[in-house]
Amino acid sequence: MIQYLIRRVFWAIALMFTVTAIGFALFYLVPKDPARVACGKSCTPVMLKRISHDLGTDRPLYVQYAKFVGKLIPFSFTGGPHFKYPNLGHSYFSQQSVNQIITQAAPITMSLVFGAVILWMLVALPIGILSALRPRSLLDRTTMFGVLVGVSMHPVWLGLLLLYFLSDRVQLFPIGGYAGLFSSGGVEGQSTGLVQWAYHLALPWFTLAVLFMAIYVRMIRANVMEVMSEDYVRTARAKGAPESRVLRQHILRNALLPVVTMLGMDIGLALGGAVFTESIYGLQGLGWWTVQSITAGDTPTVLGVIVFATTMIIVFNLIVDVLYAWIDPRIRLS
Amino acid sequence: MALLDVIDLKTHFKTGDGIVKAVDGVSFSVDAGQTLGIVGESGSGKSVTCLTIMGLNAKRNTATSGQALFKGEDLLKMRGDRLRRIRGNDMAMIFQDPMTSLNPVHSIGKQLAEAVQLHNDATKKQAAARALELLKQVGIPRAESRIYDYPHQFSGGMRQRVMIAMALINNPDLLIADEPTTALDVTMQAQILELIAKMQREYGSAVIMITHDLGVVAEIADDVIVMYAAEVAEQAPVDRIFNNPQHPYTWGLMGSLPRLNADVERLVQIEGQPPSLLHPPRGCRFNPRCAYAMPVCREEDPPLATVPGEESHFQACHLDQETKDHVSAELLGSFAGEATA
Repeated sequence: MIQYLIRRVFWAIALMFTVTAIGFALFYLVPKDPARVACGKSCTPVMLKRISHDLGTDRPLYVQYAKFVGKLIPFSFTGGPHFKYPNLGHSYFSQQSVNQIITQAAPITMSLVFGAVILWMLVALPIGILSALRPRSLLDRTTMFGVLVGVSMHPVWLGLLLLYFLSDRVQLFPIGGYAGLFSSGGVEGQSTGLVQWAYHLALPWFTLAVLFMAIYVRMIRANVMEVMSEDYVRTARAKGAPESRVLRQHILRNALLPVVTMLGMDIGLALGGAVFTESIYGLQGLGWWTVQSITAGDTPTVLGVIVFATTMIIVFNLIVDVLYAWIDPRIRLS
Repeated sequence: MALLDVIDLKTHFKTGDGIVKAVDGVSFSVDAGQTLGIVGESGSGKSVTCLTIMGLNAKRNTATSGQALFKGEDLLKMRGDRLRRIRGNDMAMIFQDPMTSLNPVHSIGKQLAEAVQLHNDATKKQAAARALELLKQVGIPRAESRIYDYPHQFSGGMRQRVMIAMALINNPDLLIADEPTTALDVTMQAQILELIAKMQREYGSAVIMITHDLGVVAEIADDVIVMYAAEVAEQAPVDRIFNNPQHPYTWGLMGSLPRLNADVERLVQIEGQPPSLLHPPRGCRFNPRCAYAMPVCREEDPPLATVPGEESHFQACHLDQETKDHVSAELLGSFAGEATA
């Protein structure tokens, strides 16, 4: 187990280097001088040179990358070995610390993603299981049609539609924006708290969840149907187990194993920013920041989001592996 | 009264291509403590017969008729919860493939204890103790620690022992074994059969042994049913089947038994394929493969009739008695010649 964890950590480090290096290289290829953008319209060559120097963009790429990695590594040897907080640098334009941007954006994305996950699982689990138990029934046919509709609806299209009808025509929901869960979060003077938070996030949750709902219903249905025809399910019936017990103890335990894996990976992925949903609803989460800073050529912010997203994916994959080993004895004991 | 009385059992499956008559009018009875062997090729309806009795066919698209009286109660018309109380308690089943018949995510002990707790008012501790007792009886070494193991840590033979333990854990009156040795390697087969026989003696259960191996039947059965294409071809006490086989299909099965010192180059086989149950042949279902087929065999399905002079021996064949006795004697002669050679 310890050996396994060490191996995982090394993989994570290698992955982090690769991802940030590629990110760096990509932004270097973009013919956009951040210093010139930051300098503004009335720019003189002297000013440009000074800004370039301040930003560090006058140095060769590998130096910039080395500096970036140096700030990211969570320990230092200058003045004796000690741990330090990873520093993602500063935005080229707002001069805001990227750490601070991520700290503000991450809770928004997390609120969006975890709420959507709960919503889509609450819908997908019972519907997927029920339609597997009654294949070709009215419920199953309706479900499969719904799945087709669900996977076909792009979040931007759906989001705009919902905003138009439910926020503009019938003013049930706010037109975008975010309300912090805790009074400390959010913008000054803006209402906060659980109700406001959920009220602002209801449409985004739904928008993000629809596609996953459809995918998960289909996946859960297929898995349950597959396990239902397994020999050990027949064994359970032959033992005299009632159907409810057969379902809980013998079918679902096995059918939901792959769902756990998928869920972990999807959460990890979504935490890197739900770009479309955040953009439509003006939620300033990681996805929103990604779009903004890519357009502006703000490399440090983009890299900050990349580093955070990569970390999330690594962490959630690790959680999945551990969970999987815990629920599947074949993996735990091999 | 027999323990199990099956009367004109029919199981038909509705498929996209039409109706598959998987079991088409099978009758037999099993007395307490007796062993019935059901022999036949794959797809002859042996397994479906037993799954129907156990109520384990998928309900969807399955039509069942006839009766299966277990201690006088018709299993086919029984309410679901009543049947559940009998299943795994008074009547249990061992399946063909031990590799897939155990749930991979539960420990062996838990799966055995579940069978106890489903039918008895037992605490977890009592159920676990009973599970351990059975594991020891079926010969699992180091049962005290292996009870915590999972199916994937057991070999095929060991898993089949676990299945046997699970079937017998509530001391059933009837044990149905559906080709319990087919998926195991040869060295394991004899051990498992011996174990079933031993457990049968200890628990006094009646056994229905489904097999395609006449040798197995000869060893453990009291009565034999030979099934062909969803119907009974021949039915008799075991010594009558082996001493006076009356049906060309039974002859074929016996003729294809491998013999150690007969000077034949190849094993004798029954020509052709088992028929499709979707469109079974007209007349006798065996006629396309039968060396003795007559015009009448292509027209009329022979009824199951008593063999003259043997009241509990039934066969379904149009051949005249003289020819049957002649072929039967010749076949037995070839076995006898082999024995003296």
